[in-house]
Amino acid sequence: MMADWEVVIGLEIHAQLATRSKIFSGAATAYGAPPNTQASLVDLAYPGVLPVLNAEAVRMAVKFGVAIGATIARRSIFARKNYFYPDLPKGYQISQYELPVVSRGSLSVLLDDGTTKTIGVTRAHLEEDAGKSLHEGLANASGIDLNRAGTPLLEIVSEPDMRSAREAVAYMKKIHTLVRYLEICDGNMQEGSFRCDANVSVRPRGQEKFGTRAEIKNLNSFRFVEKAIQYEVARQVELIESGGKVVQETRLYDSDKDETRPMRSKEEANDYRYFPDPDLLPVEIDEAFIATVRATLPELPDEKAARFARDLGLSVYDAGVLCASRELGAYFEAVLASLGPTHASHGGPGMVTQGLREAGTAQRNGANAKLAANWVMGELSSALNRDNVEIGSSRVSPTALSGLLARIVDATISGKIAKDVFEAMWAEGQSADEIIEKRGLKQITDAGAIEGVIDAVIAANPKQLADYRAGKDKLFGFFVGQVQKATEGKANPAQLNDLLKAKLGGAA
Amino acid sequence: MLHNLSVGELAERLRSRELSSADLTRHFLGRIERLNPALNALITLTADAALAAAAAADRRLKDGEPGPLLGIPLIHKDIFCTDGVRTSCGSRMLDNFIAPYDATVVARLKAAGAVMLGKANMDEFAMGSSNETSYYGPVKNPWNTAKVPGGSSGGSAAAMAARLAAFTTGTDTGGSIRQPAALTGVTGVKPTYGRVSRYGMIAFASSLDQAGVFARTAADAAIVLKAIAGFDPMDSTSVDEPVPDYPAMLNAPLHGLKIGLLREFFDGLEPRNAALIHDSLKVYTSLGATTVEVSLPHLPLSVPTYYVVAPAECSSNLSRFDGVRFGYRCDQPKDLADLYKRSRGEGFGPEVKRRIMTGTYVLSAGYFDAYYLKAQKVRRLITEDFRAAFQQVDLVVGPTTPTPAFDIGAKIDDPVTMYLNDIYTIGANLAGLPGLSLPCGFVDGLPMGLQLIGPHFSEGRLLNAAHLYQQATEWHTHAPRGYE
Repeated sequence: MMADWEVVIGLEIHAQLATRSKIFSGAATAYGAPPNTQASLVDLAYPGVLPVLNAEAVRMAVKFGVAIGATIARRSIFARKNYFYPDLPKGYQISQYELPVVSRGSLSVLLDDGTTKTIGVTRAHLEEDAGKSLHEGLANASGIDLNRAGTPLLEIVSEPDMRSAREAVAYMKKIHTLVRYLEICDGNMQEGSFRCDANVSVRPRGQEKFGTRAEIKNLNSFRFVEKAIQYEVARQVELIESGGKVVQETRLYDSDKDETRPMRSKEEANDYRYFPDPDLLPVEIDEAFIATVRATLPELPDEKAARFARDLGLSVYDAGVLCASRELGAYFEAVLASLGPTHASHGGPGMVTQGLREAGTAQRNGANAKLAANWVMGELSSALNRDNVEIGSSRVSPTALSGLLARIVDATISGKIAKDVFEAMWAEGQSADEIIEKRGLKQITDAGAIEGVIDAVIAANPKQLADYRAGKDKLFGFFVGQVQKATEGKANPAQLNDLLKAKLGGAA
Repeated sequence: MLHNLSVGELAERLRSRELSSADLTRHFLGRIERLNPALNALITLTADAALAAAAAADRRLKDGEPGPLLGIPLIHKDIFCTDGVRTSCGSRMLDNFIAPYDATVVARLKAAGAVMLGKANMDEFAMGSSNETSYYGPVKNPWNTAKVPGGSSGGSAAAMAARLAAFTTGTDTGGSIRQPAALTGVTGVKPTYGRVSRYGMIAFASSLDQAGVFARTAADAAIVLKAIAGFDPMDSTSVDEPVPDYPAMLNAPLHGLKIGLLREFFDGLEPRNAALIHDSLKVYTSLGATTVEVSLPHLPLSVPTYYVVAPAECSSNLSRFDGVRFGYRCDQPKDLADLYKRSRGEGFGPEVKRRIMTGTYVLSAGYFDAYYLKAQKVRRLITEDFRAAFQQVDLVVGPTTPTPAFDIGAKIDDPVTMYLNDIYTIGANLAGLPGLSLPCGFVDGLPMGLQLIGPHFSEGRLLNAAHLYQQATEWHTHAPRGYE
């Protein structure tokens, strides 16, 4: 049945801008202060007060616009969105309506099948957040906390370009990565700094006209976005197939029950009576300002991932994972920088062309890069996840990790032993060398020593030797195991392989 | 008598220590005590704070500190927030509201050492042209207490006319300084939009509201305007233009001044009123000015335009009065909707509700284009008309009001007739222009006003033209009987 239906999704993402003060007042924006201690007279909408626009919020919005190749309005307007609610002190929200600061941008997302898709961003506009109503712990009353009132938000509205819940999540993650790269939003979803509304509709495959959409409000995790959309799609398809009609309405997602429920329908919807806010002048932005902001752009995630793939030979997937957060990418680069080039020899000068030498360098870098990438995405990430530690406060620093990887590269220890060393480093905070030394984990690379152990193992297992020589190749692994058991895993695996093969084959 | 001295003369006596601010303040407080009950011009008296401020001013004067307003008593319209003092805006909604901060106008005058005596009555939320919509009852016109003083700054105007302070402040959204100034025979200045900060001035219609001054003379108004004008970082719509030395500009000769006579202002004007305006023009021609008739073809549309734009903005501005954080809250609300409905229903008076309803209507889906957008277009045309006129002339003149003060109760039940009172004053607000009203004679024993309107930021020129007129005439020296 589902195959007959096409899903159409658009997202409205609210990113709280990381300004120190509010968008129209000087009050602080820090999260978690006691109720109403970060609300100035402006935030409380006292009679006679006036809003004054925070220039930093505008700069951040422009930064986002420039990063997604959008049009920056030379003149944009703040409007009032009028409705009554106790956590909206003025009785209107100052937002942008007809002329937003950012319009018509786009970004590409990597889909599950490995292809990329361009998603359009219709607009991104500045607005103020409302306060919070607190209904718990108060008998017959509701409390209002206006600390959040006036916090700057960038509302990022996508085109209805997404065709599945997974695509929607990929897009949302991409925006999440981007705003953190740009350092305009902390991306903290638990604290509500990054949340979204999803517009969802379905239409018979092949039909051009969009179906009637429902808007799911206030989704504050990637998982909820995915589950809410999946539920909503199934609900709409079921409804239509059983002869019903989707009504345009606002719905809420209940994560406990994993379902969406109607909040208010279009008929009950507010008429917001938007009109230009006469207290604020139009925001005028010139080329010079845009150029200044553009100059502050960091290397963006897509650019960085492309560079990792091109210059370091990483797979597109690995490059993408490493660049999904600015901190992870920076950690990886720090490991690699400190690890330096390998000892692999190369042709002398004059023997190769410039182009080939570059290729050779890339290859060498590539080996170390692949090693560093695997460790950052593997051991390090699992340790961080397991102990719920942010990468910024990782117990193993990039330099320390590169110290460990250097011992793999120079064959002091095997990759397998390195994992134990890493755990010890994580637990004890010592360097790789200290742990290797203390625990005597240094790999045996002396061919004579390895041969001695091989000889002893062969001597102790005549039957297996005979079977092997009779053609039971699988027994090779048995001999490797015996030797490593005897050396506590310290025999250099490659050397052991070569030597063992020769010995078992009957060489002297 | 002290109350008949100009601000300049008072400042001179204070500076020479011939007079103390404390004595001057007591003099005005005595007049208020004696004369205000019949007028209802003040709704809050701050006698103790005034005496303390006067004492502080006297110390500063003793230290030889200069200051044209140091120790000079004034009354603020109750629309300006005054730290620690009730700021009611003439409404039951804010009857219990003690402002926690000073409006910029208040702060600047405080810093200049001026002494606030109290707060003046006004139409509720500045919505009215007669001062009859106040929760605190109508203000009476000192020239005839059966008459209105005009509005919305009726208390400030009546207090000025009755000489209850050396000057008073007001606000003008559609004529709320100029119209009551005309009806009470005082000088009233509405500056260019953005010239004076709106911070702390309770908003009625944000794109039209402007703070200004009532004084007995243009020269006094020039001193006060200089003190309150100027950019304020707290008001994004205040303009970052240097403030000229208005008092120093008062005596510039008017030779060569081109005055435009607004044709539209004379259509249907009562002959006796028109005659006063023409007499005024003769004064100007005798001072070397030339007059020419000019036309503002879209001006007749200003009243309907204003009564779309102003209510639209007020419907949104007054949403914050919801009974949640400050101001009036109904007893025992059943639920949130009940809290809103009854707090607002009981807290606001009928004229405020009428404008909120009108404004909500013109902004609603389906009506926005036909009303709000159309009104904004007409507003632009009116602004263009003025701009074109100022290509030909330096300033335009006409009557401030169609008639002198009318009887209390005569128009209050007929909003449209009441709204037509502002027919001559609204244009300057829609175009953001400075305007000034000065006394130019009497009809039936009641004062009439001559209105001057100039290009943006021409306050200096307007005050200059008004001052030289007042040097040549004595209309502004008349005081109502019993208030001399």
